[in-house]
Amino acid sequence: MIEAVTTTTAVHSPILEARGLTRQFGGVVALDSLDLQVNANEILGLIGPNGSGKTTFFNVITGIYQPSGGTVTFENADVTGASPQKMYHAGVSRTFQRSRLSLPLSLFDNIMIGNHKRLNQGLWFNLMSRSAFKDEFEKNYQATRALLEIFSPPLVKRIFEPVATLPMIDRRRIEICRALISEPRLLLLDEPSAGMTHDETAELMNDILLVREQKKNLTIVIVEHEMGMIERITNRCVVLNFGRKIADGPYRSVAADPLVQEAYLGTSV
Amino acid sequence: MTEMNISRAQSHAPLWPSLAALVLATGYLIALLAAEEQTLIIGLLAAAVVVVVAANYLGVSDAVSRSFAEHEDAFSFCAIAAAFAVAAYFHDNHFVLLLVVTVILYIVATLGLNVQFGYSGVLNFAGASFFGIGAYTSAVLNAHTAVPTLLVVLIGGVCAAVIGSLLLLPVLRTRGHYAALVTIAFALLFKTFLEVNDVLGGPQGLQVGGMNILGWSFNDNLSIGSIDLSFYLNYFLVSMLLLIGAFVLVRRLERSWIGLNLDALRLDETAAGCFGLNIARWKIVSFTLGNLLIGMAGALFGMVGSFIAPNNYTFADSLILVSILLLGGIGNLWGVVVATIIVVIVPEKLQTIQEYRFLIYATLVIAVLLFRPDGLLPRPVRRYFPGARS
Repeated sequence: MIEAVTTTTAVHSPILEARGLTRQFGGVVALDSLDLQVNANEILGLIGPNGSGKTTFFNVITGIYQPSGGTVTFENADVTGASPQKMYHAGVSRTFQRSRLSLPLSLFDNIMIGNHKRLNQGLWFNLMSRSAFKDEFEKNYQATRALLEIFSPPLVKRIFEPVATLPMIDRRRIEICRALISEPRLLLLDEPSAGMTHDETAELMNDILLVREQKKNLTIVIVEHEMGMIERITNRCVVLNFGRKIADGPYRSVAADPLVQEAYLGTSV
Repeated sequence: MTEMNISRAQSHAPLWPSLAALVLATGYLIALLAAEEQTLIIGLLAAAVVVVVAANYLGVSDAVSRSFAEHEDAFSFCAIAAAFAVAAYFHDNHFVLLLVVTVILYIVATLGLNVQFGYSGVLNFAGASFFGIGAYTSAVLNAHTAVPTLLVVLIGGVCAAVIGSLLLLPVLRTRGHYAALVTIAFALLFKTFLEVNDVLGGPQGLQVGGMNILGWSFNDNLSIGSIDLSFYLNYFLVSMLLLIGAFVLVRRLERSWIGLNLDALRLDETAAGCFGLNIARWKIVSFTLGNLLIGMAGALFGMVGSFIAPNNYTFADSLILVSILLLGGIGNLWGVVVATIIVVIVPEKLQTIQEYRFLIYATLVIAVLLFRPDGLLPRPVRRYFPGARS
């Protein structure tokens, strides 16, 4: 079993910082002046009951939603309200709560979608200089194989099969590979265990720890309902409720917090 | 090394099954085109359906498609040779050669539509209008200027692309059905505009000057020794060149990162955006490139037919282009070829159904969508360098 890597170096240098981050949908306040700091090289668990604003936080950070107020800083640069394209180029990539792979496309194609910024997008290069294109294709083909080899060697043989033919756990793996291929600085995982069995969840957890081992300076934020997973892989947890941070600290102390228990279980009358 | 790994995964299929199928199909096409009697034509069509169903049932078509997949390049050269064989067989037959040229140029136009609809998912229900823009460009340029006619074909495509860019703003601001409505509105506007505009001939249309390359006039019949050749052979040659160019271009587009971008934005705009894809930019590239091909085909077709009128470029004609794409298999270039041959040739030969043409197209499209939603030849998963060996 692979244990969570506790990073003692540079624990307190923030890679991502949200200050007073607010997002409203009409009268609903999904994020309510949230202050949240993600430290470099940590695995941060983002937990909270349904509707507490976890996915909204991801969507605001990655530019899918514009914030209604507050600021976001990534690697000391102000990225408040930046587009998804800009966040991706800055080094943030993500997976989605409900799998958003392109099902008719092959494993290779899906992973290459994540490598957009490192592929030559020129019209002339793509259409006319086929031998240069072939070299770039070869390089990326090898890189994709190497990445798949880490997660699931049997998938290497299926690299040119449609993703639609894969079971749920392998689709999650492809989604994580798609997010990792461009070597981001910050990886946002939105409920990677959703729709999976207990055993599959355990397998996926090992995968994530494996990634952690391989890429020491990758920071991961993970939204998850599976508390066993949170306990095992995170260095720190932030608990959200009604768009506000109600607890922050190692899993054990957070889980013992009466405010957190109340948020999950409700108050006694 | 990797190429070997890729090809090892496939069983080695020989070339001959696909080649045999091609020879059979070519022979059949010649027979169908030569047939005059309606009963014979109906018999031939029925025979084709029986043979295809039987081949499917007996697993012959699997062998053919595997052989095709592994030897696509060789197959392509043979298909070009087959087209020339058909043209050579009918070398003095104006009617059949015009039909063949029509098929070729419709394939080019549908390839353009395929870039838009099949790859990036930008619906275009004004295909015939962009085809018409090309044709009207060649009518005007050939009548009033001395621009070389080969260049006119290119300018026709550029005009279609430029006028198409007027639609870009509304198309980019809307999605799905709404973008489709924008193009439908354009198709209706285009026809009305031509009908009320006397400068462009109004409802009576315009004459289009023939093609002429360095004094070689395409509208004169030729003869080699004692063999008379139809002047349409000239147009056949140029159309084939355009088709080969367009096919290679679209094929390379599909097998490149650009093809991947277009697929990604069709399948999930949000996810594609989260991985850096500039949605607007790639929609513009695909819409413009598609219209360029449609316009070039239209410009050449105008010269072939030598006469154009607004009624040739109606919304119904745009629907024919879309139905070719649906029938063939969206995104599959060879599907476009097969479907165009069926959709253009069958009603032309089967005079009895001419009037029911649209009824039959509609039924065919509904049947395809119900029973074979991926078309006659479904699009295979992208391989960037299929069958390649180091």
